[in-house]
Parts: sequence; structure tokens; C-alpha cells
Amino acid sequence: MLMVLGYNIGPLLAQGMLGLINGAFYALLSLGLAVIFGLLNIINFAHGALFMLGAVVSWMLLNWIGIGYWPSLIIAPLIVGAFGVLLEKVFISKLYKLDHLYGLLLTFGVALIVEGLARNQFGSSGMAYAVPDSLRGATKLGFMIMPTYRAWVVVASFVVCISTWLILEKTPIGATLRAATENAALVQSFGVNVPRLVTLTYGAGVALAAFAGVMAAPVYSVNPNMGSNVIIVVFAVVVIGGMGSILGSILTGFGLGLLEGFTKYIYPEGSGVVVFVLMIIVLLLRPAGLFGKVS
Amino acid sequence: MEISRRKLLGTVTTAAATTALPMSRARAQAKPVFKLGVLNYQSGPYRDTGGITSVICTKQAVEEFSSLMQGYTVEVVTADHQNKPDVGASIARQWFDRDGVDAILDVPNSGVALAVSAVAKEKNKVHLNTGAATSDLTGVQCNENFISWNYDTWMLAQSTGGATVKAGGDTWFFITADYAFGHKLEGDTTALIKSAKGSVKGSASYPFPGTTDFSSFLLQAQSSGAKVLGLANAGGDTINSIKQAKEFGLTMDIAALLMFISDVKALTLEVAQGLHLTESFYWDLNDGTRAFTNRVKSKTPDNWPNMSHAGCYSGSLHFMKAINKIGATAAKASGKAIVEAMKSLPTEDDAFGKGSIRQDGRSLFPSYLFQVKKPSESKGTWDYYKLVQTTPAEQAWRPLKDGGCPFIKA
Repeated sequence: MLMVLGYNIGPLLAQGMLGLINGAFYALLSLGLAVIFGLLNIINFAHGALFMLGAVVSWMLLNWIGIGYWPSLIIAPLIVGAFGVLLEKVFISKLYKLDHLYGLLLTFGVALIVEGLARNQFGSSGMAYAVPDSLRGATKLGFMIMPTYRAWVVVASFVVCISTWLILEKTPIGATLRAATENAALVQSFGVNVPRLVTLTYGAGVALAAFAGVMAAPVYSVNPNMGSNVIIVVFAVVVIGGMGSILGSILTGFGLGLLEGFTKYIYPEGSGVVVFVLMIIVLLLRPAGLFGKVS
Repeated sequence: MEISRRKLLGTVTTAAATTALPMSRARAQAKPVFKLGVLNYQSGPYRDTGGITSVICTKQAVEEFSSLMQGYTVEVVTADHQNKPDVGASIARQWFDRDGVDAILDVPNSGVALAVSAVAKEKNKVHLNTGAATSDLTGVQCNENFISWNYDTWMLAQSTGGATVKAGGDTWFFITADYAFGHKLEGDTTALIKSAKGSVKGSASYPFPGTTDFSSFLLQAQSSGAKVLGLANAGGDTINSIKQAKEFGLTMDIAALLMFISDVKALTLEVAQGLHLTESFYWDLNDGTRAFTNRVKSKTPDNWPNMSHAGCYSGSLHFMKAINKIGATAAKASGKAIVEAMKSLPTEDDAFGKGSIRQDGRSLFPSYLFQVKKPSESKGTWDYYKLVQTTPAEQAWRPLKDGGCPFIKA
């Protein structure tokens, strides 16, 4: 069999593929974070909890009122997004004039409360969420077995990431939004309701997290702790990609998934820290991140 | 009846005096209070396997034993160690030094338990372990203030691992949580596999906590060519490993070396059916276990007791029996004396039946190998296990001479 650096190419390819799947989740989550930070300057520490909430809401929709996976992909992000809007209106909007640290502390507190309530209600073992019938099964790729659902995760995540980037960079709405973050007063003078725009942006960022949560529900068990496990890595993704850079977070998300995948194969014990080692190197050499603009 | 102003004043003054002034007198006359501290993980992945249900089972023991307490009372306090050895050790110190706690129970996560056990020894208090699995606690790290109740890594390896090897599973690949417990479980199982002329093809130690995706390790396991996948992990990690193994069509036999009933519930019978696992307690094992479960289940309807929870009940009962034996004053003075008394008394209760405690602090009960039922065999939630094999107490645990417990040699 073909060898690369002393490793068989088959397992390496398989690990790369698995890394890409995890990278899809990192990309989706860091995308929402980057949107919120890039446009609102809020370090949204509640992102992991809102990701978990997306999964929990889809579980509730299925088990309490019988709404399945496909409608959940839309409905759960809408519900959690609405919660995000409420959060922004009631709490976060009060903090825009203050230091970043206040937003971080507030959202961290929100994360602890949301996770604590979920744990109290659902326990810590998690709840099973079945893969939808149409995405069951797996395909033999030669070097690995690829579950259909995981392939779907990569494709869907990629499409959502690119669409979000296109909306923000190539449409009039995106342009207005970016202008509003540069100079809110000026954009307001053109008759744009800037506070509402900001609220909706936060809601959209939160909805992206919830969307990732629904996607994750069949892969992992729906578990109140699922967000706290990924949020730290996702923050590292955003820092490496460049705080607030949309494209940076997408590319870094997928890239770090790959890096982590290979590490799991070559030196599993190091898979938990490899992302942070890279983060330190990037911060030392390029403090604004790989894709960030130096201000 | 007419109450004069003077009389009323007098009554009020007396009442105030009896509540405020004679605090010291009241204390002098009061019975000694023993405090049982349930120290476990209430906010994270091990919440269901220990958590509040352990507290409920401990309180149940105190409630049932209250009429038999000879000249003392017992209180139950609780804290969350957040799965961190340093937090666990500092709570233990605070409890022993400041809050008058006499015994610490449960303490899941072997890393935390090793830290707390050292504190209990230093302060001459009691550590009743029902949550941590590493067999080092009654081996090289044992001490005279410590008792391990319901399970350990050696017993799990012997029961689940032994049965798997006997069924022809002689080549293994391990997925191991990278901390004290995972490595000890892998080590104890490896020793057993090798003694049965089997071999270990490889293992992957993953960062704990924080790993949710096991697919990478599962593929490594599959490509190793081993017949058995040994899961040296617990809780949510075991759940995710098994779930993802099914998803990736893993063709190996899975030996979930430590699994609790709440894990089976989370996996659902559809996914978990056919798996073998070992516990020393199951609610539907016999009349005693059913009676005990019936008494507590209304207090914890969403999480019926597993062997760790039942261990808190059983261990607390035995602790109080030991106080009765040596007297409250002697018991207050020395944790070591309580532990010695516990070792000298045979154990008996609804949850574990009759048993004993060995010199190294190892409680001796039978262990049970269960198979998870098919959905069609189950009558409903919690009806999950079929008993496959009972290992008698004499064979279930590591022989005393093999443990390397220092104070036994001395």
C-alpha cells in the first residue's frame, strides 16, 4: 500500500475524511461566533450552550410533538434564534459601549445557566436522537466506511457556510450591516434601523449555532454538556482564523478538523492540545490571525 | 384566660433566654453529630452515575437507621468536585477541618478519589469509595482509612473481560480515557487477556474530558484486525463510542468494560442490545434489591439506582453499624478506628446481601455479568438486564497478595 511519511495512505485518508466531518462542525460554529464578533464586537461565550440548545430543542420537537429531523433543521434554529434575539434585547444591547470583557462575562454566565437548567431537566447521560431514515446507511469508500449522515453533515455545513459568506460579502444587506458596524450613526441617517439590524444579526449568529446543534444531534447523544466540550476549540478556531473574519473561520474550521484528525491517528493523546499549540504559534507570529486584518 | 403583662414579659424573656443564652449548655448536652459528605460530580458527565441519586441513597440509609443510632445523630452534606482532583481535595480539607465531616462517600473519577483518599488518611477520617474504579485504591495506594465498596477495575476486567476472552475474543484493541481510571482498567484487562494467552493489538488513549468524536479511534481499532474492541472509559464517552461504532459499521465485538444502567437508557435498547456489562447491583436482581429500589425510586424517578448509588446506601448503613460497635466517642476520635470496626463486622443489607470487608479495604460481594435485553424482551424503562453469570465474592476480586497494599505487608 502507498505510504506517506511512514504511514499507510488508506488510514490517513480515512482520518482526513473524519477530520473534515468534525471540521464541518467547527466551521459552522465558528462562523456564528465570527459573525457575532465581527459585526457586533461581542465575544459570545454562550455559543456552545446555544449549540446544545439547538440539539435539545430538536429532541423536544421530535419527542414531545412529533416534529422530525427535516422540519427541525428550520424550526429549531428559529426558536433558538428567537431566544437569542430576546437575550440581545434584554441584556447584550446594554453592553455595546463597554469593554469586550463585560459581554464575555455576561454570555459566559448565560451559558452556565442554560447548561445547568438543561442538566437539571435532562440529566447528564444524554438522549438518543435517531438518524433520519433517508440518511441511514453507509457507503464503502475502499479506505473506510462513510456513514451517509456524516457525508450530509459535510455537504450541508459547506453550503451554509458559503451562503452566509456570500450574504455578508456580496449582497446589499451584508453591505449595510458591515457599514453599520463601521459607523452606526451614518447608516442610521440613511433611514436604516441599526439597533434592529444588530439584534437580528445576533439572532442569526445564534441560529447558526442551533443549526449546528440539530446537525450534531444524531451524531452525538443530545447531551447538556455537548456545547462546553466544543466551545473552547471553536474559540481557538476563531482566534487562529482571525477574530471576526468570516472566510477565515470557515477555512480554519475545516483545516483544524483535518489537523486534529491526523493527530488522533499519529498521536491520540495530543489531539486535545494540537489546536491550542497551533493557536499559540499563530498568535506569536501573526497576532491578528491567519485571515484577520491588522488594525 | 387572662395573661398579665408581667407574666407575658416573663415568658418572652425566658423564651429569649432559652434560645439565645444557653447555646453552650445545649451543645454540651446534645448528642454527637456524625456528618457524611457525599462528594461527587453533580454538574457534568458523571452526574447520572453518581450525582444527586447518591445523596438520596445515603439519606435513605440514615433515615432507615435512625432508630438504631446509639447516642448520636447523622447528617448528610454534599458538594460538587467538578471532576477536578484539586477541587475535590480542597473540599475534603474544608469538610474535615472546618465543617466536622467524618466520612466522605462516592467520589467518582479515580483521579479525584486518589487525592481525597490521601486527605482522609492525613486527617484520620473515613473515605468510603463507591464511585471511583481504579484498583490501585485498595492496592499500591491503599490506606487504613479507606474502604472501596461496589466495584473496581480488576473486578470489571475479570467479569466482562474474562467472559469475552472465554467466548473466543482473544485479540483486543483498547480505546482508553487518558487518566488514572482508563489506564488502570486497560492494564487490568490486558493482564487478564495475556494470562489467557490472548494479545492486545493496540490502543488509543484519548484526551479526557472533552472528546466527543471517537470515529477516528474506531477506524484504528477496525484496521488493527483485533476481534474485540475494549472500551476503557465511562459515562458519555462509552455512550458515544458505542453509538459511533454502530454508525461506522464496526464488525468487532464490543466489551464495554464499565457501563451503568443510565448509559444503557441513554443508548436505547435498540443500540445497546446484546452488550455485556458488569455491575455488583441491579435493581431487579432479587427481592432485596427490588425492596431497596422500591423505597428510593419515588425520590429519584428519572435515575434509578446503579451499583454506585446502592453502594452509598450500603456503605452508609455499615458505617453507622460500626459506630454502634465502638461507641460514638471513640468513633469521633478516629476514622481509622471506624474503618477497623467496619472491617470486623460482616455486611448485610438489601442492596448487596451478605458480604465482608477485607483488610486492604476491599469489600467482597459477588459480581454479576449482565447482557442488555432486546427491545422485545424489555417490559419498559429500566428493565434492561439479563443475568448471564455470577462470580462469587471469593473469585470476583483481586487476591489480597497481588494488590501490593503497603500496610498489609507491614
